[in-house]
Amino acid sequence: MNRFVEIVNLEKTYYGHGFFKRSKNAVKAVDRVSFGIEKKSVYGLVGESGCGKTSLVRSVLYLDPPTDGEVWVDNTLLGGLKATELRSFRRRMQIVFQDPNSALNPKMNIQDSLEEGLFNRGLDNSRRKELVTRMLDLVGISPSHSTRYPHEFSGGQKQRIVIARALCMEPDFLVLDEPVSNLDVSIQAQIINLLQDLKSELGLTYLFISHDLNLVAYLSDQIAVMYKGRLVETGSTDEIMGHPMHPYTLKLFSSIPGMQTTPAADDFTAPEAAASGGDKKPLEGANVCSYCDPCPMAGQECRGQEPQLETIDGSHKVACLKLANHN
Amino acid sequence: MTVSNNNLLEIKNLDISFIQARGAAHALRGIDLTISSGEILALVGESGSGKTVTSMSIMGLVPTPPARVNAGSLLFKGEELIGRPHAEMRKIRGNEIAMVFQEPAKYLNPSLKIGEQITEMLILHLGMSKRQAVEKSLEFLDVVGLGKSRRVLNAYPHELSGGMKQRAMIAMAICCNPSLLLADEPTTALDVTLQLQILKLIRSLKATFSMGILFISHNLGIVREIADRVSVIYAGKIVESASNKALFENTLHPYTSALLQSIPDAKKRGHRLRAIPGSVPDAENIPQGCSFHPRCALASDRCSQEIPMTKDYGNGHSAACHMVQ
Repeated sequence: MNRFVEIVNLEKTYYGHGFFKRSKNAVKAVDRVSFGIEKKSVYGLVGESGCGKTSLVRSVLYLDPPTDGEVWVDNTLLGGLKATELRSFRRRMQIVFQDPNSALNPKMNIQDSLEEGLFNRGLDNSRRKELVTRMLDLVGISPSHSTRYPHEFSGGQKQRIVIARALCMEPDFLVLDEPVSNLDVSIQAQIINLLQDLKSELGLTYLFISHDLNLVAYLSDQIAVMYKGRLVETGSTDEIMGHPMHPYTLKLFSSIPGMQTTPAADDFTAPEAAASGGDKKPLEGANVCSYCDPCPMAGQECRGQEPQLETIDGSHKVACLKLANHN
Repeated sequence: MTVSNNNLLEIKNLDISFIQARGAAHALRGIDLTISSGEILALVGESGSGKTVTSMSIMGLVPTPPARVNAGSLLFKGEELIGRPHAEMRKIRGNEIAMVFQEPAKYLNPSLKIGEQITEMLILHLGMSKRQAVEKSLEFLDVVGLGKSRRVLNAYPHELSGGMKQRAMIAMAICCNPSLLLADEPTTALDVTLQLQILKLIRSLKATFSMGILFISHNLGIVREIADRVSVIYAGKIVESASNKALFENTLHPYTSALLQSIPDAKKRGHRLRAIPGSVPDAENIPQGCSFHPRCALASDRCSQEIPMTKDYGNGHSAACHMVQ
């Protein structure tokens, strides 16, 4: 376990209500996901809405403990910690949410919002003030604005404040859940530059989640593509961008505006269910490739066996029976 | 109704401000746009630049007061839309000019079945009977790629996925065969793969129904994909207009090129993005002179004093900047 963050066979199942229907209505949002993040690198996670990205992140941070599997952060097994230990360990892992409007309490001024977590760390008044001032300064918000309320800031500024709040805890692992998708194009670039500066200045490790492939490709060192709760392709950014292999990755790539290549993408009447990554897999019938229905390459074997991530070369892994057979 | 030229919609020098207690917000400061039949005009800009006010004013949905039309005209098929009585606007709206909104979940009535919402339009505008209207709406569901299924007609909005809702909404917009379709960020709320399908659908609508389409977006990648012509709006003013090819290959205005440079992609890895400093000005206090000068890398003294005029650079490519030769 030498990587900074190591996720092993993580599973998250949401059970249905009622004693008898409990496993009948269960959905597996995250299904045996494993990956590792090197210290001070950026790991990009791509997938459409409903594919389990957010469930995965919540499980990794133990905001919603996983049903099965292990999460190691800096050689500490999170599942093995007691509740109080976990609480103090959480200081080191922070999250920045997608929508800064709902992430900030509208009734608290910025100073109070940022200080709230610091009470937990047991810092005294002057130390708290100093830290808040330093972090606001770091993200480019004038500390003299700290008595203002969230509605007095623009969307981009609010996102900076949310980032400052996460940094106040002096974390070394930061999860960014679509941090710029609600922002304007020109503001997006400012926030992304800020995130890159912070990373090199503070030596942070990022898990970056987005559905914007261009952005993930720009920012990440490693990329994982997720579909219906499973990772279908992982590898370094160069490997994935240079030789995408899994049919789903290819489909995602061909949907980037301005990058259409496959004629199949021309068919706008394709059935919705096939097009969206939204349907979660039920517990039963798990023994097929989750992408076999919309997949243009699917054959008989895809319905009888579930593909596992297999190494193509270097760090590039693909979960596809068709591709595995060719090699 | 006679069409004097082939311009379906002509917006000339439209100037709208919103009167508020704390002062007037100058939302549109004299914009010019033209759309002809069978053409997709994209209006690109950041939030707060006046995109939505433009589309709402075409629909006659900007409430006056608080809004005030200071100047300008909106000619639709050669006839003025500004100052039309409400009753007349109601006949045009939905019938000849239709709109697709950004978030289908917000604009569909959650307590009515999709079928009821589509047939309502047909019964009101085209005077169809219930049965005819149902037949017709099935036809349009097929056009938008939902198939001739009564299941969708009998579904409530929450039973449909985001992409299906957006398709249903497009079906609703086109069922009266409008000649002008306003699409206000129709794909922003959708996933990438769905986004592409909806774009393809919109493009096919243009071809089959020869509609004029005003496509509003902040995503230049999508615009490049779909538009015939592009106008870039900043702080209530059109700063650059050109054909799709000319805009992306021969960008004139520094704002447009800054927007293009700030888009991340794999090729720019390891380099800092060229972000535009600052943010879009409030409509209440737009900077003197060129509204972009505080954020512009090329700005000179002249830019902070004199508002640049829109100049034509040939082939319908125009820009409003002192620094463009």
